[in-house]
Amino acid sequence: MEEVIDIRNVSVYYGSDSIPALKEVNLKVFRGDFLGIIGPNGGGKSTLLKVLLGLIKPDSGDVRVFGEEPAKARKYIGYVPQKSAYQPDFPVSVREVVLMGRLGKHMLLKNYSQKDLEAVDNALQKVKMLDFKNRQISELSGGQQQRVFIARALVREPEILLLDEPVSGIDEMMQKEFYEILTDLKSKVTIIMVSHDLTAISNYVDKIACLNQTLFFHGSKEIPESDLKQAYCCPVELIAHGIPHRVLKEH
Amino acid sequence: MLEILQYQFMQTAIIAGLLASIACGIIGVYVVVKRIVSISGGIAHASFGGIGLGYYLGLNPILSVLPFSILTAVVMGLVSRRTKIAEDTAIGILWAVGMALGIMFVGLTPGYAPDLMTYLFGNILTIPRMDLYLMAILDVMIIVFVYLFYKEFVAISFDEEFSEVSDLPVEKLNLLLLCLIALTIVVMIRIVGLILVIALLTIPASISRSFSGNLIGMMKLSIAFGTVFTILGLFLSYLLDVPSGSTIILVMAIGYLLHIPLKKMMTAS
Repeated sequence: MEEVIDIRNVSVYYGSDSIPALKEVNLKVFRGDFLGIIGPNGGGKSTLLKVLLGLIKPDSGDVRVFGEEPAKARKYIGYVPQKSAYQPDFPVSVREVVLMGRLGKHMLLKNYSQKDLEAVDNALQKVKMLDFKNRQISELSGGQQQRVFIARALVREPEILLLDEPVSGIDEMMQKEFYEILTDLKSKVTIIMVSHDLTAISNYVDKIACLNQTLFFHGSKEIPESDLKQAYCCPVELIAHGIPHRVLKEH
Repeated sequence: MLEILQYQFMQTAIIAGLLASIACGIIGVYVVVKRIVSISGGIAHASFGGIGLGYYLGLNPILSVLPFSILTAVVMGLVSRRTKIAEDTAIGILWAVGMALGIMFVGLTPGYAPDLMTYLFGNILTIPRMDLYLMAILDVMIIVFVYLFYKEFVAISFDEEFSEVSDLPVEKLNLLLLCLIALTIVVMIRIVGLILVIALLTIPASISRSFSGNLIGMMKLSIAFGTVFTILGLFLSYLLDVPSGSTIILVMAIGYLLHIPLKKMMTAS
């Protein structure tokens, strides 16, 4: 198994107060993994993704994506940000949004090519949104928008797909459809998905890590039900460190 | 009524209105969809420092305001991104500092400062031919830059973080866009003045949002709206003998109010 991500002893602190967002995190991700990272809000999940994207530089430790520094490895990564990251009423069509995924330094002063347009159609096909190509992004439901954003990430032809809370605010029917699309994709691309929704995630991912500043990783190739249960337990242990009970629905 | 078109100053005013509508129609769309109205207002007001500098150095203030407003745009862009000062605080401070510098320069200039009100509130009827040429040149520059970087500007307006991850030079593109806003402000100073510029940047573009679903369409419509409002305001101000800059703004505001029920009727039908 080829190692695609290697995080070693990574710590990130907020401001000068030395409050850790991430504390000595270690994580190895291999090609073809479908990894779910769960944990309470404010546990550092988005921070970890931003470290992988090179948007946040760790205060200590080392991060390698395909052996390179994260900021130099962005071409390998497709990113699906949290829903709140864009203006919902922005005047732009689905096709234009997905085309944005083809942008980069190499595209400055150039027009989109036929190849770009075909890649967009393919990506929209994969997420079953091709029929909506000419619709305004603002006319779509939350679940449909999220699928478009996956297409925008896929159109970069990434090796790794990073998803930040992809199903928040999406109704359950749509969630199921959404996870099935991810399951279809996982043969071709390594997926890391961050979420605070424990139950939904456990049905679809192959590995689960729990993050609450420190990372608890019970990774085995195929996680049986019992292992998943143990993974759930992880935040329970953390409750002892003073994290409030709202972290979990049960227990 | 049409005989007033024969006057040279009226012809100049109409051309100036058209040139200003092109600049604010194009750049105003980015200002509105990217929600950078307040930083644009800040650049406009702070540019008064450049007007003051022109008086102090004995130059045509339009020439000194051009480098000054670009410098203001770059400083505002860098301060609001790179420092830990909250963006609106940075805008507020630079806004006031620019204006204070302008007043200081005017105060240091011996004698009376003619036309000062013109730069603050505009007067479309007294535009020198030289300034008209400058406006045309700036329009061409704006069109060229937007043509070259249209898709990148759309991307950073829509989702800056994703653009960053796509390895676009987001900060440079942002600064370029702010500089284009500075150029647009210079184009419009003679029409409505620094203080009222923000209305021309926002009103035509936000009306056009109701009738178009993409930025190019919005730009075309907003140039059309801007031209109609400016020329209508110009005629009204001439007929009623009231200041042209504020008439244009008030016409635009009425236009904005009228478009709201129209938009509702359109969405209902």
